[in-house]
Amino acid sequence: MNFLSVLISGLGAGATYAIIAIGYTMVYGIAKMLNFAHGDIIMVGGYAMFVTLALVGHPVAAVAAAILAAVLVCVLMGVSVERFAYKPLRGASPLAVLITAIGVSYLLQSLAQIIFGSASKMLSGLQIAGHVMLGTLRINYVTLVTLAVTVVLMVALTLFIKYSKTGRAMVAVSEDRDAALLMGINTNAIIAITFAIGSALAAIAAYLMLAKGASLANTLGAMPGIKAFTAAVIGGIGSLPGAVLGGILLGVVESLSYSIPALAPFTDAVEFGILIVILLVKPAGLLGKARREKV
Amino acid sequence: MQNNDIVLRTEHLSIQFGGLRAVDDVNLEIRRGELYGLIGPNGAGKTTVFNLLTGVYKPTAGRILLCGEDITGKAPAEINRKGIARTFQNIRLFHNLTVIENVMVGLSNQIPCSIAESIFRLPRHMRSEREYYERALALLEVFQLAEYKDYLAANLPYGKQRKLEIARAMATNPTLLLLDEPAAGMNPSETQELMDDITFVREKFGMTILLIEHDMRLVSGICENLTVLNFGTELAKGATAEVLSNPAVVTAYLGE
Ligand SMILES: Nc1ncnc2c1ncn2[C@@H]1O[C@H](COP(=O)(O)OP(=O)(O)OP(=O)(O)O)[C@@H](O)[C@H]1O
Ligand SMILES: [Mg+2]
Repeated sequence: MNFLSVLISGLGAGATYAIIAIGYTMVYGIAKMLNFAHGDIIMVGGYAMFVTLALVGHPVAAVAAAILAAVLVCVLMGVSVERFAYKPLRGASPLAVLITAIGVSYLLQSLAQIIFGSASKMLSGLQIAGHVMLGTLRINYVTLVTLAVTVVLMVALTLFIKYSKTGRAMVAVSEDRDAALLMGINTNAIIAITFAIGSALAAIAAYLMLAKGASLANTLGAMPGIKAFTAAVIGGIGSLPGAVLGGILLGVVESLSYSIPALAPFTDAVEFGILIVILLVKPAGLLGKARREKV
Repeated sequence: MQNNDIVLRTEHLSIQFGGLRAVDDVNLEIRRGELYGLIGPNGAGKTTVFNLLTGVYKPTAGRILLCGEDITGKAPAEINRKGIARTFQNIRLFHNLTVIENVMVGLSNQIPCSIAESIFRLPRHMRSEREYYERALALLEVFQLAEYKDYLAANLPYGKQRKLEIARAMATNPTLLLLDEPAAGMNPSETQELMDDITFVREKFGMTILLIEHDMRLVSGICENLTVLNFGTELAKGATAEVLSNPAVVTAYLGE
């Protein structure tokens, strides 16, 4: 196994984690809650693509339609979950919100099982096969696509946050929700938009995972969700660059660990071990800021 | 009794926290263009009055009328849109945004541009972004903060942070501006500069201002009318000179 190719496939996996981790970190920063159902939005996107592929005949049009449908369905689902499950709990104890999020996660998984059955499905229509060789270095097309998509999304999101009124309001709300309210900001709308963005990114993550050959089941988002949450915490939850850094780091570690036969069976343990070590050294995560208490 | 010249009127405004009557039967009447002072010893209930006026707390009794419209019990964001803006006793800027971005957040409701337009109509978005930027810059110039526009708000010197809070509040285009101890923590020259700024804002924008202040000299220098609070109740009110020579007021302050 070539070290460089291990690294590159790790970057690909890490980029996907980064996209998911951004959903966790933005919602945490702005709504101050851990949305444990975020991973299951990925699964919802997966099934949206499954249904679309079955409906659209033309193979290329089907992929485009599937991605579009997944984004729409995920946004709708994410915003509805926020509206009907989390919004009524604004101001409730964090524990109540957390339990609700876990409940939503189980609800989505169970509903998917009832509707689509428990057998997992391969969506070969979405898969991106093939690779390029650079000398002896083998790079899968799907890795290239994943990295390109991730870079484009990160740039777009960064520009949006820095150069739009909604983006500025998001920073303001994440810092001091009450002061933002007193400046006339509709914080409920800002929170809903945050869920919409996170869910759209989850849909893209679903596409990238299925394109890489993941099989679709109602637990599609469960493990990637936990890994991405870990990535967000490693990077410093609430920090956007932190989520990207944490995601890439986790993906590379995962890929390296898989490539070493003695470590491969313990890869999950290695990843969560890294989380523990980093939190011991930097409790707020790599790029997180220690919280100032407001008086 | 309807009078368009009264910007703010409170009727029997009261709030109780458990057994504590933090604000008890306060009746304010502030005319358009007036600079009205709200003073009183520590814990008298001044900041609580601001929290009631801006919808942070709901009064347990009484009404709040802004230009004759009953705004009692409305949400903070709505009250801001209706025309009340404020600053905070302990500065609450958005520290991770730059100076100009803080003002741009204040302008959010002044320049219409929906998120859909931001995403799907880029030219329209760019135009409104330009407008945000230019209007924010113009406001910063008024407050002599333009040269600091790209500083993170957190890195601004203390006195300038207080000014920036006023600029951000003004950006929301208020009818009534509430200033909570704007001179707190300032040295005498900064305080003088601030007084000039307040007078300037008042004259340039015809702004109606309600000012909480500890510093008696500052108050007597610029306010024509005052209400003195003590233990949540009105101890005295009326023309500044008379109120300040009122024996009860003198006692309340000396007994502090
Ligand atoms: N949310 C609250 N819950 C309980 N008590 C409160 C609350 N807010 C204010 N109080 C109490 O109400 C009283 C008035 O407080 P307030 O902050 O309005 O005083 P102030 O006049 O602004 O004083 P200072 O000059 O120190 O700023 C105080 O006794 C305070 O402890
Ligand atoms: Mg106070």
